[in-house]
Amino acid sequence: MSSEWPLWEIFIRGQHGLNHRHVGSLHAPDAEMAIRNARDVYTRRNEGVSIWVVRSNDITASSPSEKGPLFDPSNSKVYRHPTFFDIPEEIGHM
Amino acid sequence: MAGSVEANAVGAVDRAVCVEWLQRVGDNALILGHRVSEWCGHAPALEEDIALANQALDLIGQCQLWLGLAAEVEGKGRTADQIAYLRDAGAFRNLLLVERPNGDFGQTLIRQFLFDAFHIALLRALTESSDPRVAGIAAKAVKEVAYHLERSADLVVRLGDGTAESHDRMQKALDLLFPYTGEMFTDDATDRAMAEAGIAPLPSRLKPEWDRTVADVLEEATLTQPGQVWQHGVKGQGGKTGVHSEYLGFILAEMQFLQRAYPGATW
Repeated sequence: MSSEWPLWEIFIRGQHGLNHRHVGSLHAPDAEMAIRNARDVYTRRNEGVSIWVVRSNDITASSPSEKGPLFDPSNSKVYRHPTFFDIPEEIGHM
Repeated sequence: MAGSVEANAVGAVDRAVCVEWLQRVGDNALILGHRVSEWCGHAPALEEDIALANQALDLIGQCQLWLGLAAEVEGKGRTADQIAYLRDAGAFRNLLLVERPNGDFGQTLIRQFLFDAFHIALLRALTESSDPRVAGIAAKAVKEVAYHLERSADLVVRLGDGTAESHDRMQKALDLLFPYTGEMFTDDATDRAMAEAGIAPLPSRLKPEWDRTVADVLEEATLTQPGQVWQHGVKGQGGKTGVHSEYLGFILAEMQFLQRAYPGATW
């Protein structure tokens, strides 16, 4: 039966102010039931204050075979990290 | 939750009456919780399996609080566990509805929905109980049960107004279980004593709200309300007074096995 239900990706926000994080996936016939199922499967230990559900089919992912061209070029560009600034003492931790 | 019995409203009624009433509320949660837990590992989908197990645990948790209070009011040194695991069928005070077998998923859902609609009305009234301990337990349970009702009502609508087969099964389940709903709203001497002390509502007072909830959901589910049908357990000879169906014995045989075979076992 569950194989007939579409797959949903579940995102939970742990606390107010934090981002929703991907926690896993589940099957449900529609969005409303996906939220209920997510409540029962992923928030039973008080993990969340908000749930997003997205049909897995609606997610477009980058292709693993394009990993090289997509990500390798940034490897050698350390100057993109803001690590070359001297931070004055009085600013403290940033 | 602390405080002497006399400091609370339960002091206003006979202790035995109060214990009797607390067992009714607690046993409903215990027996339905056990029934629902029987689905664990057998539900039609993994997600449903977890949802049912959560719900069973909510109910067992509520039962622990009610029977814990029963033990405290009784004042004979018993614990909630002893009340749950060491009584025989005739001492249980749950409604006949909650001991009905799970049947197919439709029967499980209809039983849940009919009970949830009653349970929420009862707990809402109990949040205003004159006894702060009763009101406290109700305030915790009412949030859980609001979700139980939301979920069972939603599934009743989906399956009632679903395929021809799901509709047919839901209607059959409704016709089968409706004759066990009358017992929820019968008033007896225990209920009247508790109502007079302001601790609990008269069960009959909860009927209009239940009628409305059930009528709304059944209409949306395209299911036919069985109407005025013969009712089990309404003449003072039902689960509330310890006159049970044969099913309860089998439930207890499984539920109490460990404590009966290995008295006092802990883990």
